[in-house]
Amino acid sequence: MSEPKLMKGNEAIAEAAIQAGCRYFFGYPITPQNELPEYMARRLPEVGGVYLQAESEVSAINMVYGAAGAGGRVMTSSSSPGISLMQEGISYLAGAELPCVLVNIVRGGPGLGGIHAAQSDYFQATKGGGHGDYRLLVLAPGSVQETVDLLQEAFDLADKYRNPVMLLGDAVLGQMMEAVRLPRDLDEPLPPPPPPESKVWATTGAVNRSRNVINSLYIEPERLEKHNWHIQEKYRRMEAEEVRYEAVQVDDAGTVVVAYGTTARIARTAVDEARRQGLKAGLFRPISLYPFPYQALREAAGRARRVLVVEMSCGQMLDDVRLAVGERCPVEFYGRPGGNIPTPQEVLDRIAGKGGEAK
Amino acid sequence: MTTVVAQRPKSLSDVVMNYCPGCTHGIIHRLVAEAIDALDARERTIGVASVGCSVFAYNYFECDMQQASHGRAPAVATGIKRVLPDRLVFTYQGDGDLASIGAAEIVHAAARGENITVIFVNNANYGMTGGQMAPTTLLGQKTTTTPLGRDPKTDGFPIRMAEMLATLQGPAYIARVSVHSPQAVKQAGDAIKKAFRLQAEGKGFTLIEVLSTCPTNWGLAPNQALKWLVENLIPFYPLGEFKKEEGGA
Ligand SMILES: Cc1ncc(C[n+]2csc(CCOP(=O)(O)OP(=O)(O)O)c2C)c(N)n1
Ligand code: SF4
Repeated sequence: MSEPKLMKGNEAIAEAAIQAGCRYFFGYPITPQNELPEYMARRLPEVGGVYLQAESEVSAINMVYGAAGAGGRVMTSSSSPGISLMQEGISYLAGAELPCVLVNIVRGGPGLGGIHAAQSDYFQATKGGGHGDYRLLVLAPGSVQETVDLLQEAFDLADKYRNPVMLLGDAVLGQMMEAVRLPRDLDEPLPPPPPPESKVWATTGAVNRSRNVINSLYIEPERLEKHNWHIQEKYRRMEAEEVRYEAVQVDDAGTVVVAYGTTARIARTAVDEARRQGLKAGLFRPISLYPFPYQALREAAGRARRVLVVEMSCGQMLDDVRLAVGERCPVEFYGRPGGNIPTPQEVLDRIAGKGGEAK
Repeated sequence: MTTVVAQRPKSLSDVVMNYCPGCTHGIIHRLVAEAIDALDARERTIGVASVGCSVFAYNYFECDMQQASHGRAPAVATGIKRVLPDRLVFTYQGDGDLASIGAAEIVHAAARGENITVIFVNNANYGMTGGQMAPTTLLGQKTTTTPLGRDPKTDGFPIRMAEMLATLQGPAYIARVSVHSPQAVKQAGDAIKKAFRLQAEGKGFTLIEVLSTCPTNWGLAPNQALKWLVENLIPFYPLGEFKKEEGGA
């Protein structure tokens, strides 16, 4: 572990990715994530890696495809409109079963929207996003430190499942400076990443083996169906093995607040204040958004009087919370769409049953 | 004693290809495979198949292959080459794929001088989807989406990709060839070999545009299709070398 260092979220993500063995980055500028590729452009050449500014996000994601297929540990980052543009490529990555890490520092939409924090890409991230029946493994860190901690895992999970992993952040997380501990100090030498040939399926050249093919085309219906069941089986395994969440004071909570990422920090402040005021509130924070922690939330909701979902969107994770809670108790919602962040007081008012209709 | 005078290149798979009778995609495949063999490079070559009639090229070349989304083969090849700079990387793309949906990717791969070889098959229409207009469709040429012939007032003008890309500093070698006769096939083979050799020498981006027939969608018998190519495509798409080894990364 390094000494604590004050770092901007975007830069901490870049450094943590490099320390996790990432040596290839392809991207296209977009606010509010520019510090991430800029850091990569400085740092990757120092460690023998490749930074390349693509001509578009479409191109960037297809460079990721080529590099992942060639056995490289590779990532890209962007923000909402850019991630929209990448969707065909992401679908191909999932179809061809290629590991990579995608970072979405979410900003407000729709359209050009704005450059401030939002959580309105939840549906796109967790339900597939592009065409076809596929899922990304989606991790939503709640602090810069947690982002750093999750990155090594993100790359390892991508390799384990041969599937893209998305880190879903937002403009606050990307722009905020916090003290972080990285796995290593910045001047510590990094171990060389495993060679591309260590991925036996990768297209590294057909030396002493039959040729490898990276492909998502199955023109015969029987083979396409078989392939789809095969990737579905991976998603079922993720659902069984990769659920991550944090539950704070939910055991005796009358009101369970459900929030992720930056919003969960705001909700945490509100929950702590509610407790001080004698209100029994708790926080349930999904960390893996896909797979969503349905079972754990169902149990927490089973003991509660009500569930309050707070998001920086008009209600997207809300659908998954409703699926988890069912008829066990009422599910209320407080959200503000991209750009403006719910305040702890606003959340506290909702916990206290004040504040009128959920916005 | 028997002497082998011709045989299947090692880099070409022993499978039945899906191309229509008389389609020249197959000849071009063979030339690419021969160029790889000439460098004894089958085991260190990675090919990128695009979207079009040649999509199954990943089954036809006996080297490692990736299949790219429509138009993005140069980006995919870039990703591969940046991870494996000492391997040979090539794309095989149609004219709809390269000159229309993938126009940005090819221009920027060329501008970067990306050290890859692009085989660009120009048959003046979208073969796979049933013969629609391509960016390379000639003025007056009838396709399923220009039923009265391509009209520049509504459909714009065809693009000479080889000439356009040759204006960039990045490329090391750009040539246009054809496969309508044994002599043309020989010249095409030489150009493709040269492109692969330059890549092996690290000279930078190389692209060979190959004029090719689509008898099925042109509505012509194979021999008539070859004649149509000579009489119509070559006058508008002249054969020759447009860029020779200056730039390159
Ligand atoms: C994003 C996307 N758009 C459209 C298509 C449909 N499509 C498949 S092949 C093709 C045209 C290919 O034509 P060309 O590149 O000229 O190759 P040819 O078939 O003539 O060899 C199109 C439009 C697709 N697969 N993906
Ligand atoms: S449709 Fe045209 S390009 Fe495609 S295989 Fe048939 S003849 Fe060749």
